[in-house]
Amino acid sequence: MSKLIAATGNQAVAQAMRQIDPHVVAAYPITPATDIVEEFSTFVAEGLVSTEFVPVESEHSAMSACIGASAAGARAMTGTSSQGLALMWEMLYIASGLRLPVVMAVANRALSAPLSIHGDQSDAMGARDSGWIQLYCKNQQEVYDTMLQAIRIAEHDEVRLPVMVCYDGFIVSHSLVGVNLIDDDEAKAFVGKHKAKNSLLDTKNPVTVGPLTLFDYNFEFRRQLAEGMFHAPAVIDEVAREYAKISGRYYGRYEKYSLDDADLGIVVLGSAASTAEIVVDRLRDRGIKAGILRLKALRPFPKAELAQELGHLKALAILDRADSPGAYGGPVGLEVRSALLENTKKPIVINGIYGLGGRDTTTDQLQSVYDRLLNIVETGTVDEPLFYLGVRGGKVNGRKSEAAIARSGSSR
Amino acid sequence: MTTKPTREQQTKEAKSNGSTVSAPVKPGWEELEIGAVVHTGNGTEYKTGDWRSERPMVDKDKCINCLFCWVFCPDAAVNVVDEKFSSIDYYHCKGCGICATECPAKCISMEDEAKFQNEVTVVNSSGAVVVNSKSNGGSGKGGLK
Repeated sequence: MSKLIAATGNQAVAQAMRQIDPHVVAAYPITPATDIVEEFSTFVAEGLVSTEFVPVESEHSAMSACIGASAAGARAMTGTSSQGLALMWEMLYIASGLRLPVVMAVANRALSAPLSIHGDQSDAMGARDSGWIQLYCKNQQEVYDTMLQAIRIAEHDEVRLPVMVCYDGFIVSHSLVGVNLIDDDEAKAFVGKHKAKNSLLDTKNPVTVGPLTLFDYNFEFRRQLAEGMFHAPAVIDEVAREYAKISGRYYGRYEKYSLDDADLGIVVLGSAASTAEIVVDRLRDRGIKAGILRLKALRPFPKAELAQELGHLKALAILDRADSPGAYGGPVGLEVRSALLENTKKPIVINGIYGLGGRDTTTDQLQSVYDRLLNIVETGTVDEPLFYLGVRGGKVNGRKSEAAIARSGSSR
Repeated sequence: MTTKPTREQQTKEAKSNGSTVSAPVKPGWEELEIGAVVHTGNGTEYKTGDWRSERPMVDKDKCINCLFCWVFCPDAAVNVVDEKFSSIDYYHCKGCGICATECPAKCISMEDEAKFQNEVTVVNSSGAVVVNSKSNGGSGKGGLK
């Protein structure tokens, strides 16, 4: 029996957390993640959950406290964004290295400088080597569903890795929509009791957590961590299938929209995929075979599946809501390109950086991406393998603006 | 499904293959505890006795069994049986000399470890530390004069 409520992305997270009822939540506020915990703390105050809520002095402390709690055998959760995620950066590696199943909601927000409180994915992209599983959601419903699944994925015996559930700051975190909650009892049964491993509070089996490893052991433990990631795809899919039986909603590790017979495709993460669907529908009405692959799991990266699903396209634009200055493209661009490397049949690939600092990503902008792809297919040439979508400035019809010329002293 | 060879077996196998391994083969990543968690009691396996440059020798005739040496030893390297001093655990004793300093009966003397170079210390298959002293200078009785 599901319940339909009006909720923002953050409220959806708080509802999931209410149903999960973790032992410990340690958190520090930051826009646009603050009201996850603000909301959850009212549940604590009202006695709707039995969670020990620890308001800490920084995000670094938040993750430290979650690590300590998890090592002691508790189910620990938190939420943050941007600078907060950056501040807890060293602790992310601790959580994954100690194989603690912490689950964290990340309302993706741009990293300063310049200061921005709005949504782009640069914060989580910077953490993609940290050993955390990263799941990106396109809307509030998916955020709620994914939070519940994240607990099961993290705590699975073959994975034992922390999970971050990512969604676009403000766009998803603050917009109010209808969200279907599954029944409290169903959620509780699905999530199950916490399976602690080598708990510090198990006085009958005393353990040391976080010892020094020298050059003769450290590598073996890192290889062990990689093994957890190797098992993660199957576990994510298995948990998704089980959840689909209760909820009727399945996400898996990626989602296709009109892709199977498409000639032109884009790869995108997060809410821009929903906007792109409108554009694809219009193109299809005009007889243009356009499609979308929305990547949900960036870690573990579904290399084989992407190589399979994207190979048949004639032209592909990978869209990044984060930049990696100096790299040949944005983070997702680099990864998807490398996934296609071994394909005998592969599309011409371009990579666009979009939506930084919460820049509104419109249907017009996304239409222009498909126009580029159409042009590539028609002419067989690529004007710009890397481009910035929706930014003011640069050359228009091959010419810089007067003001830009005056400022730089050059028309080049 | 075949069982994994024990480390002893792996070492034997490695040696018979002509490799010059002189220590037991270290565990592979699948054999290690997840997240580098260390279970209790593992300190007994770590031989710190070879850190010594001098070792305490106890004169049991003078010993008054006050157990000060046991109280003060920072490494728990004094063996006590039936509330009496029994022996020094030379597998772990680091030779700090605190026992000798604190002994009220002055029955512990610190002697040059070089005199005991030929001593062999092993951990047997049931985990017990067995000292086989073959030195020229030592008494061969596990640290007792």
